[in-house]
Amino acid sequence: MTRTAPPRGPARPLRPGAGAPARGFGLALLLAGVPWAAAAQPADQAAGPLGLGRPATANEIAALDIDVMPDGAGLPLGGGSAAEGARVWGGACRSCHGREGEGGIAAPLVGRDAAARPPTVGNYWPYATTLYDYIYRAMPRNAPGTLSPDEVYGLVAWILAKNGIIDDEAVMNAATLPDVVMPARHRFDPDDRLESDAVR
Amino acid sequence: MAHRERSVDSSRPRRVGLTRREMLAGTAGAVGAAAVPAAAQQAIDTTRRPGPGPNEVGQRSPFVTPRRDPSSTSSRTPLQHLRGTITPADLHFERHHGGVPAIDPDRYELLVHGLVDRPTFFTLADLKRFPATSRICFLECSGNLRRGGPETLPQMVCGLTSQTEWTGVLLSTVLREVGAHADATWFLAEGQDAAVMSRSIPMEKAFDDAMIVYAQNGDALMPGNGYPARLLLPGWEGNSSVKWLRRIELADRPFMTREETSKYTDPLGDGSRSRQFSFVMDARSIITDPAWPRVIEPGWHEIRGLAWSGRGRIARVDVSADGGATWQEAELQEPVLAKAHVRFRAPWRWDGGAAEIMSRATDETGYVQPTWEALVAARGPRTRYHQNPITSWTIGADGRVLFGTERLQS
Ligand code: HEC
Repeated sequence: MTRTAPPRGPARPLRPGAGAPARGFGLALLLAGVPWAAAAQPADQAAGPLGLGRPATANEIAALDIDVMPDGAGLPLGGGSAAEGARVWGGACRSCHGREGEGGIAAPLVGRDAAARPPTVGNYWPYATTLYDYIYRAMPRNAPGTLSPDEVYGLVAWILAKNGIIDDEAVMNAATLPDVVMPARHRFDPDDRLESDAVR
Repeated sequence: MAHRERSVDSSRPRRVGLTRREMLAGTAGAVGAAAVPAAAQQAIDTTRRPGPGPNEVGQRSPFVTPRRDPSSTSSRTPLQHLRGTITPADLHFERHHGGVPAIDPDRYELLVHGLVDRPTFFTLADLKRFPATSRICFLECSGNLRRGGPETLPQMVCGLTSQTEWTGVLLSTVLREVGAHADATWFLAEGQDAAVMSRSIPMEKAFDDAMIVYAQNGDALMPGNGYPARLLLPGWEGNSSVKWLRRIELADRPFMTREETSKYTDPLGDGSRSRQFSFVMDARSIITDPAWPRVIEPGWHEIRGLAWSGRGRIARVDVSADGGATWQEAELQEPVLAKAHVRFRAPWRWDGGAAEIMSRATDETGYVQPTWEALVAARGPRTRYHQNPITSWTIGADGRVLFGTERLQS
């Protein structure tokens, strides 16, 4: 990993069920000294692992594991309000997405009209957590990876408030963000094309 | 004596000037002829002067100048230039969301974690030590249709598809190594670019034919195609084959990243519903020759093109020269591989009258490439990705070949 941005996520608790580093580590160490009877067999028939790679520690995983899921798994500590987000927006986002998020050289982020094109956070995004995930990983486009969790929470609150989805005063954090119900929460259907050879 | 007097069109054409192949490539390339250096255009008797010796890295003939067509986010393969099915690595299409990262292979590591027994980092050398496998398949962006005007190159119509012999390790092999849990149903694939590209992939694909690849046509991956290692999901939309792969996390539910919610989802009907996780690329074909900007003469021609399907093998390609009124079955060039570009060819005698040539692919599942009309009837007017309509070229009385724009109107 070559990112020079502040380390991403070390303060964040490992999400529940995200592997079992201690157990995996132990097993790998245990197996490390065993000469491989299986090594002479074709890989597909090998009884156990080939012994490639090195065990990842919990800290190493946490430093890379930046994703956030709809139930809030992966959200870090911290929080922010629309007012706090507005201050970051002016310096970091407005130049591309417009003063009010109406769009500029980059896409609009605000708009509830379901018929509007291109789609926006307000009319097309099914999960508010995706907003945290995406801004943290990829924005601002000219300096990705430079925002702190508090700044991202504030920006998420600002964008949601501008879309009329949360109150202006609401604070977004790991507890409140997963509870936000997006207007487009139920607009998506699974891919049904392969169920037949008809054009779908 | 005879030697000294020999002219360029002497009895030894094989040593003089262009080969037939170069001439074909030169005329088929849109800008080929114009870009040939003036010096090279003069007929030189190559039998009278030794040429340069061997060199370290080959270069195309100065008469042959295929070019991708780059925009700020993608570059398109010059389909009209190619005659086989393998795309030269330097002409493979590119589409990226945060530019091309420069990754030091000695510092590269792939983390595999989540619902696994042994969360593990693999170096590039580790990945290369795994049992290796190669596969020829196409890779196509699901945003691969541009409805340009009459003067549109095949490259611009659908140049976001390319084909490669990829080499790497089956993802299932890597997952056995880390001890994937039985309750894992999805995995996140994440890139090391400035977009930190991320997609959720169903585990069935991991155990079907997904690969982590580090070689492209036998050589290291091109930077724009994921160097040093990328995910490869044969037959699925290009975006899901995450490049510059740095992390795979197994989970029991999808992650709902921006690229699988806000983007790469297909509005249906009046636009109030959308199709999500629509990975597979439907069957498609395009005639790459004759195509704009060629001007053809009455007489015999061979209609040539590419067909492919993410669902499996191409079963047949039909070609029409009268705008779809009648069809004839084209010949498919062996080998016909699953989820791979295949060449089709059909002989055609142009009588000099107005004509419209088009191709229609059918794959082994019975899926037939639709017209634009049928596609819009099935999905509604706001369809955005996975557009695979039949496209056509019209031939005027003057022999000019133009893109059939009317076919994509509605
Ligand atoms: C230099 C221009 C630029 C700046 C500054 C910028 N963005 Fe972006 N933003 C983009 C571009 C371009 C895209 C589309 C990227 C893509 O599709 O890969 C984008 C996409 C987005 C999206 C997803 C939109 C959608 O509909 O999918 C969000 C959300 C976003 N930006 C938020 C922000 C925030 C918040 C900031 C400030 C921290 C910011 N951006 C700063 C250029 C910018």
